[in-house]
Amino acid sequence: MAIFLAFIVIAVLGLVLGVGLQFAEGKLKVEKDEKLEELEAAMPGANCGGCGFAGCSAYAEAVYKGEAEPGLCSPGGAELARRMGEILGIKVEVKEREVAFVFCQGGKDDTITEFEYKGMSDCNAAALLHGGPNGCKEGCLHLGSCMEVCPVGAISRNESGNLVVDKERCIGCKKCTKVCPNGVIKMVPYSAEYIVACNNHESGAKVRTYCQKGCIGCKMCELKVENSPFKVDNFLSSNNYALDQSSAAKAAEICPKKCIVKR
Amino acid sequence: MSYIGILITYIFIQNFILVQFMGLCPFIGVSKNSESAIGMGIAVTFVTGIASVVCYAVHTFLLVPFALEYLRTIAFILVIAALVQLVEMVIKKMSPALYQALGIYLPLITTNCAVLGIAIINIDEGYNLLESFTAGIAAGLGFTLAIILMSNIREKLEMTPVRKVFRGVPIAFISASLMALAFMGFDSSLITNLHLG
Repeated sequence: MAIFLAFIVIAVLGLVLGVGLQFAEGKLKVEKDEKLEELEAAMPGANCGGCGFAGCSAYAEAVYKGEAEPGLCSPGGAELARRMGEILGIKVEVKEREVAFVFCQGGKDDTITEFEYKGMSDCNAAALLHGGPNGCKEGCLHLGSCMEVCPVGAISRNESGNLVVDKERCIGCKKCTKVCPNGVIKMVPYSAEYIVACNNHESGAKVRTYCQKGCIGCKMCELKVENSPFKVDNFLSSNNYALDQSSAAKAAEICPKKCIVKR
Repeated sequence: MSYIGILITYIFIQNFILVQFMGLCPFIGVSKNSESAIGMGIAVTFVTGIASVVCYAVHTFLLVPFALEYLRTIAFILVIAALVQLVEMVIKKMSPALYQALGIYLPLITTNCAVLGIAIINIDEGYNLLESFTAGIAAGLGFTLAIILMSNIREKLEMTPVRKVFRGVPIAFISASLMALAFMGFDSSLITNLHLG
């Protein structure tokens, strides 16, 4: 008998409180715009934080206020971006997915080191000591801090010890681009095929002294190929992915340092 | 014990955070800047005050007549959870900025043991309705005092050269323990000597 009483008392108490809360909810409801509610409903609800906001509803609110662009949500993808544009009545340019890429292929056989680094195995720590042991102060330090921060394990070492990003697994969270002290990892469009895998801005003569695979800024790729998408700026060539890529293969072929790589 | 005695007891002598070590989660979590610390303090004070009264009522008029005192913990948690929901709604309506600043720690008041603690202490000490309310408010004020002191210390710590291994939460815990040592100086003999007993 006592157990029934206990059950009933607690159940009644819970019911009263529940009804009271429901009533309060009605009284204290924050008026939300219909569009915002629709946006929140359209979100995938994974709350992954990949967009850079606290969660799905925070991102929906930012888009609603015009503080953020639609299409930052990688789980939602292009479909969600289109849907958001529909709800807000604006035109959304669906951007291509971006993935990280390591702009350096100077492995230990191709580069010289100035000294032997025996500190902790962390790129940022190594960079504090005279910019790291590499002759090239803008290249990859090969200690793998980016591998540690990658939430999906998309970064690995290839056979020559260089770090490479698996473009299929990369979710474009930009954590590796932030952790890299030399800024060697940058974002490229998913479909990008030919990439200048070098980050060194020094003149050709200097680059030659310490790296066999560095861009020397010779402008061959820019001038010797017609309709070239490549442009050399500050002794470093870069590919403008928005331009026609049909002559990129030829440019990669004539590059004397072979630092235009096909992915 | 007089009402002033109860106030002094729960603000200083039995300070919930620094002496009884209850409610440490929001104490560390929301003490990064003093504005949200004050907001959190007020929210907790509000909840402890109301929860004391409601829990006293639930205990006296619902549990005692049915001889169900052993259910007080679950009944009190139910009441506190509902109250926190209410507070959350009110804050969301009144001050969205504060709602943002408190973040996850606001619903976490539900599981803040300081709130359940004061409700149970009230019953154990045999306080009447008004005494319970006073104790609840005092517990909340004690929490507010501790979290405001802590947030000011942490704001100063931001500017201080602290060793890298201690930066952030570790140095906050060390500061909190030093503060707790200082609060041990408030002894229950204070009440007797002030003739408040």
